[in-house]
Amino acid sequence: MSDPMPAALHTAAAPLFQAAGLTKRYGTFLANDRIDIDIWPEQIHALLGENGAGKSTLVKTIYGLIQPTEGEMRWRGRPMVLAGPSEARAHGIGMVFQHFSLFDNLTVAENVALGLDGKESFRDISARLEQVSKTYGLPLDPRREVWQLSVGERQRIEIVRALMQNPGFLILDEPTAVLTPQEADQLFTVLNRLKAEGRAILYISHKLEEVKRLCDTATILRGGRKVATCNPKAETAASLARMMVGGEIKQVRAAADRRITVPRLIVNDLCLTPDDPHGVWLEHIGFELRGGEILGIAGVAGNGQDELFAALSGERLSKEPGTIVIDGHAAGHLSITQRRKLGAAFVPEERLGHATAPRMRLSENALLTGHATGNMVRRGFVNTAAMLKTVDRTTETFDVRKAKRDPEAASLSGGNLQKFVVGREILREPVVLVVNQPTWGVDAGAAAVIRQALLDLAASGAAVLVTSQDLDELAEITDRIAVMFHGRLSAPLKTVEASRERLGLLMGGSSIDSTEAPHAARA
Amino acid sequence: MQLVLEKRAERSATIALVSPLIAIGLTLVTMSILFAILGKNPLSALGVYFIDPLIDGYSLQEIAVKATPLVMIAIGLSLCYLANAWNIGAEGQFLIGAVAGSWLAVKTQGTDAGHWVLPAMLLLGALAGALYALIPAICKVRFGASEILTSLMLVYVADLLLDYLVRGPWRDPKGFNFPTTAEFDPVATVPVLIEGGRLHLGAIIALAVVAAGAVLLGRTINGFEIRVVGAAPRAARFGGFNATRLILLTFAISGALAGLAGIVEVAGPVGHLQPGISPGYGFTAIIVAFLGRLNPIGILVAALFLALTFIGGEQAQIAMKIPLDVTKVFQGILLFYVLACDSLILYRFRLIAASSKVQSGAH
Repeated sequence: MSDPMPAALHTAAAPLFQAAGLTKRYGTFLANDRIDIDIWPEQIHALLGENGAGKSTLVKTIYGLIQPTEGEMRWRGRPMVLAGPSEARAHGIGMVFQHFSLFDNLTVAENVALGLDGKESFRDISARLEQVSKTYGLPLDPRREVWQLSVGERQRIEIVRALMQNPGFLILDEPTAVLTPQEADQLFTVLNRLKAEGRAILYISHKLEEVKRLCDTATILRGGRKVATCNPKAETAASLARMMVGGEIKQVRAAADRRITVPRLIVNDLCLTPDDPHGVWLEHIGFELRGGEILGIAGVAGNGQDELFAALSGERLSKEPGTIVIDGHAAGHLSITQRRKLGAAFVPEERLGHATAPRMRLSENALLTGHATGNMVRRGFVNTAAMLKTVDRTTETFDVRKAKRDPEAASLSGGNLQKFVVGREILREPVVLVVNQPTWGVDAGAAAVIRQALLDLAASGAAVLVTSQDLDELAEITDRIAVMFHGRLSAPLKTVEASRERLGLLMGGSSIDSTEAPHAARA
Repeated sequence: MQLVLEKRAERSATIALVSPLIAIGLTLVTMSILFAILGKNPLSALGVYFIDPLIDGYSLQEIAVKATPLVMIAIGLSLCYLANAWNIGAEGQFLIGAVAGSWLAVKTQGTDAGHWVLPAMLLLGALAGALYALIPAICKVRFGASEILTSLMLVYVADLLLDYLVRGPWRDPKGFNFPTTAEFDPVATVPVLIEGGRLHLGAIIALAVVAAGAVLLGRTINGFEIRVVGAAPRAARFGGFNATRLILLTFAISGALAGLAGIVEVAGPVGHLQPGISPGYGFTAIIVAFLGRLNPIGILVAALFLALTFIGGEQAQIAMKIPLDVTKVFQGILLFYVLACDSLILYRFRLIAASSKVQSGAH
């Protein structure tokens, strides 16, 4: 594609977009504090920072979703005020959000048509959609309904939708968080091509190696302020991380003398039909997890991970009690509360709305999963002091940053809420912890805290099951890894022996059956 | 300039308190316009509506009497609404409670039954209301029928059943063919609190219901369950709470409270069963529940305020010949403004400067 260019050399004479002294104040809280940023055409510009550093506020301001309190934005040197995203799009600013806004029961073309501002006919939109997706190597069938598509394909819709506005400046919020390594590589090809066409790209990511590989410039935010603009290719991942966090990031460490004890969680030939017509059938899932051990489940999203979580947690019940055994007790038919009483704890993927009630306070959200065990409820009456104490202990132990002692869950940043959600369960000292995507969309600092907590929990004798799409994460903390594909689970591989290629093959669905056979023989 | 609605980071506690007051203010302005259109002096009309009842001893007592059923019903409804279960049929449950309790009063009439009659009547009324409310609840959880429609339709069934009974089997033989039962015996009557007054034991029961509601919602795990099922159903299921069970439970409680209010009304201020025992308490209680922010203390205040509109409406009819239906118009407008103002709890208005329109050639 195009040659990587040093940050100092710009082919264009002037920046495409500039922000000068951009400030956003909420009450007394400065989400953005006098931020300057120059975006040049033909450049991929990384925006780095921990959760709560002000990245979201900044890009939302640039995209017209938020009005700045002070400061100025310039487009091609001229001052620009945006009343809303449609005005941003009219200037030529496009955005791909981290969380997709797609209607599952509509087709690809219908979803794209809904997101466009113009008066184009549906037939023209479909034609143009096909043409754009072909041009950029983003294959999409306009007539397919969204629920049939993989996460990677859904992201393509969002990217194509943004590209159909022909933006001069494209913002992407953590686009690789949901992709397999191969899919991420394909995305980078597309981004490099867009750059070669003279477009500017603002790229938000937590994956520093990725930023080093892809981006020409990086702006680093911390605590609402810009701390540096640098050339990421000239930095190391460690030096970038230092600037983001303002100090060293702790490396996670597994305890040296972890003892593998008795089986704590056994799943025997679990089969479940989905509730949801778009769901995945679970077929003959079986594994054994011992105390002191961390088992990882890899796989592309939508291959039955959510259904497995529901079956393990008891949100979906199984007719056969013996399909799930928690700490020696048949539990397939038990409710989530009864399973918690057996010493199990659960952390679902979705922080807001599933793991927590967004508009309720943290203390109430502590009660949500802690009411059956511990001292928060006595004779049907809730103990507010004990609830607040749980919040305080979680806050202290897991470094949860928040504006006041007991705020609403929705007011916390993603990383801090995730620390709370994981910490809330770990403080209950479970013997089995089932956690789904523990660090999804979470910054490096918070992710390290959470991973260390999982390792420490295993070291204390608990069995930990981690479902994740992040292979690096699984490699870092698990002892064994199994792969989920189309509702089936492969036999677990020892993490030290599981190469990325081998896992990648399993994730693509090949050779699940062939790996099962030798394992069965061994067991 | 442009006016936009912007989402707040956290719900505003101030607005949650102030919003009902804003709603009342806007309602008063709208009503003044309406009075002016009717050719009445708005100020004196509002005076008759809202000031006169407050400076008269008899009217004050009457406000408490009218507020009594409103409080009981609205507390029950608030539990339903918090749990996202939409019981619109409290009026029907009120009537069925009145009918069931009256059955015992009619059966024991003229016998020398003891003091067990009234407590038994109250129990019957509550039980019948609960069972009647369970019909739409069961239809909802079993067949997925909209509880809004079924509970509302059952109001008319209850209304016609009452009508049939007082015109047929239970009609007072000495009642000159009026559709009414005989006056209940003293043991079947709710005692008054002040000799010669109208204020009765029901007011004490209503206050007890408020206290119980406040404790349930604020202090117990069941109250938390109700709130979390309504606020975040998926999180509630993750917490181990069963939404189906809760729909049945909240419908049963609200039906029981409406039924209790019904029999208290019949055995208290009315004294016998007849059509028209309710000026729409079951529907007005919906407004009370929302005006009171689905909060027990708020509901108490809101019930007193809406009782005032009933009394004021009667006085306005007498003094100024304003139709009684204006009271219902007033209540409807009030509910509209309450719901509208509630959006300010999670959103706020913002004025933004006129945007520089996109200049052509900018890209």
